[in-house]
Amino acid sequence: MTTKRVTGSEALILSLLEEGVDTIFGYPGGAIMPVYDALYDYDKRVNHILTRHEQGAIHGAQGYARVTGKPGICFATSGPGATNLMTGIADAMIDSTPLVCITGQVASPLLGTDAFQESDIVGMSIPVTKWNYQITSPEEIPQAIAQAFYIANSGRPGPVLIDLTKDAQFGELDFEYKKCTKIRSYVPEKPVDPHAVKEAVDLIDAAKKPMILFGHGIIIGRAEQELKEFIEKAGIPAAWTIMGLSALPTDHPLNVGMLGMHGNYGPNVLTNEADLIIAVGMRFDDRVTGKVSEYAKKAKIIHIEIDPAEINKIIKTDVRILGDAKKALKMLTANVKENSHPEWMEEFHKYMKVEQEKVIDKDLRPTKPGLTMGEVISLASEKTNHEAILVTDVGQHQMVAQRYFKFKHSRSNVTSGGLGTMGFCLPASMGAQLGAPDRTVIAVIGDGGFQMTIQELGTIAQNKLPVKIIVLNNHFLGMVRQWQQLFFEKRYSFTELQNPDFIMIGKGFGIEGHRVDKREDLANGIQQMLDHDGPYLLEVTIEKEDNVFPMVPTGASVSDIILEP
Amino acid sequence: MKKEFIITIFSENHIGLLTRITIVFTRRKINIDSLTVSESALQGIYKFTIVIRETEAQTQKVVNQLEKLIDVLKAFYHTNEEMIYQEIALYKVPIEPIYESDAIEKIVRKAGARILEITKDYVVVEKTGHKEDTQALFEELNKFHVMQFIRSGRVAITRDPIERLSEFLKERDAFLNSLD
Repeated sequence: MTTKRVTGSEALILSLLEEGVDTIFGYPGGAIMPVYDALYDYDKRVNHILTRHEQGAIHGAQGYARVTGKPGICFATSGPGATNLMTGIADAMIDSTPLVCITGQVASPLLGTDAFQESDIVGMSIPVTKWNYQITSPEEIPQAIAQAFYIANSGRPGPVLIDLTKDAQFGELDFEYKKCTKIRSYVPEKPVDPHAVKEAVDLIDAAKKPMILFGHGIIIGRAEQELKEFIEKAGIPAAWTIMGLSALPTDHPLNVGMLGMHGNYGPNVLTNEADLIIAVGMRFDDRVTGKVSEYAKKAKIIHIEIDPAEINKIIKTDVRILGDAKKALKMLTANVKENSHPEWMEEFHKYMKVEQEKVIDKDLRPTKPGLTMGEVISLASEKTNHEAILVTDVGQHQMVAQRYFKFKHSRSNVTSGGLGTMGFCLPASMGAQLGAPDRTVIAVIGDGGFQMTIQELGTIAQNKLPVKIIVLNNHFLGMVRQWQQLFFEKRYSFTELQNPDFIMIGKGFGIEGHRVDKREDLANGIQQMLDHDGPYLLEVTIEKEDNVFPMVPTGASVSDIILEP
Repeated sequence: MKKEFIITIFSENHIGLLTRITIVFTRRKINIDSLTVSESALQGIYKFTIVIRETEAQTQKVVNQLEKLIDVLKAFYHTNEEMIYQEIALYKVPIEPIYESDAIEKIVRKAGARILEITKDYVVVEKTGHKEDTQALFEELNKFHVMQFIRSGRVAITRDPIERLSEFLKERDAFLNSLD
């Protein structure tokens, strides 16, 4: 292998190119200037997106990673640049999103001296990264970057942070690159145990009321087809977690909807009636389980999971299948008998009928004058032929969007599931658009979350990213207000917002848009947004005090889900 | 029910690993009663011995989280009964009472402790044993006003006849080679 004498900064860029990086989200500053200087010569080979805040950069990288399955890359300088990444890193950690974050750091002789813009980002980010490492000499760069990519995107993916001191950026090395394929102390994935599969098959074949709960692991493991084949052969109803949304087409006959606090009626109630739960690539989050001591008591549990620490973490497992979901599902499909459970499916249909009457009709065909979030989202989904990528923020609009947006393709739902990060949507939608340039990206945001990262309108405008932004404006921090209404005697403590003129702000950034206040203007409004060439901001004034139902109140069992206040 | 567990972690020797490990405990508000770190019998592999009081279920979960750390090779947990363990304690006792009577000498003999150093001002006594033993000696000696007292973290080895780490490393190497 030939080597080339380069600076540390150039070695970093070359390493990223070796890993197939085509997009970087970042924000320059003092301690990362040599890297930016090296980047200047590579602007034809890699697209750097200058965001307006480091939080925008990291959420952008997350959006990119979620739609492509490739690690998202972001650059930030030392000190405040690095600390501004933290929320996004924590978000990526809990949602298993592969990221490689590069932060500049003060020169190594200054470490620990409280130098200008010095912060201990390695120490700070330990609990929220899958791995992190500080490079203080240029020779370490190729290997550390190779390890970073290997760790970030293998096994259960996660964010990795590499802190690069300024002297390591300036120093020189003989560059050669070798991809990392193994680390002695890290086994990302164990081979699937055929004995465990056999045990699972026996349970599946014998079950009368089996149910599949699937999560993000299906998407991460690219196991969509295997999931579909498995449920079709075994004839088992399948429910998705928020992070599993879009892994199966919404209208698949065995797709019984969403689990969890604001999920569908049937899958929640029937979790407690099932005699077998097959959990695949999901981690029994508290928003999914409700009261754990009353969760799925009649069921045996099969847990298919790549991360051994998830087994028995929340729910005691009867059969564990450690390893890759794709391989495990293939083995299950090969061995289970062809089956169907028409009576059991009928139970789901019955609950869906009740939900349709009590909740869905009210949301989608409202009789009162105020617009509902549900009708906006449902119409946006319809008008994009359910082919769009949906990016959401956090709160009421998020739950409604997860309920009513429909999917035909996987990797089409980008949301902050585990951390619940307000401000996630707008920057994540930029990343989603860059990762999937040929697809329509619809960003649905509440008026609260919009104002947390609204500055990224500048990035969207500068890069002409044709994101379709729908701001659902109820002049409230709606989800908190809903809880205040239901559980705090309507004491609306600091949840009402006096909002700016969002359309005028959009125009200030060079983004076209208009506001819809009336039902009769909604369809045209959405059409106008979709027809517009380039980014567009559609603000929809929503009924102020609407609530999201169904709802599993905190601490209640999933079968105690309520359909109305 | 909470009881004492000894967690043994084998890891690569990388900077910052101690923080990574302790964070797993502090995040769950588990107090570390004792911690010892040193190189293991295998060169380059470090061994952490950590004592906590917890339920077995929680201890198992913590061990799972520890194994998830990239630089950790393997983690085990054991009850006290499954291990042979010792702690070492040093006591600095003023010399005056030793001149005055043989009380301290008797205490030291009875405890099976030994004297490491004698100066004109103090003697340094050393005792290895379980915490109850070293603590009992402290109570006795402190009647004469112990000037300084220090107890080490626990060191422990399994009663198991198989050296689990070398077995583990053999398996791991075979697994990694199978990937090529």
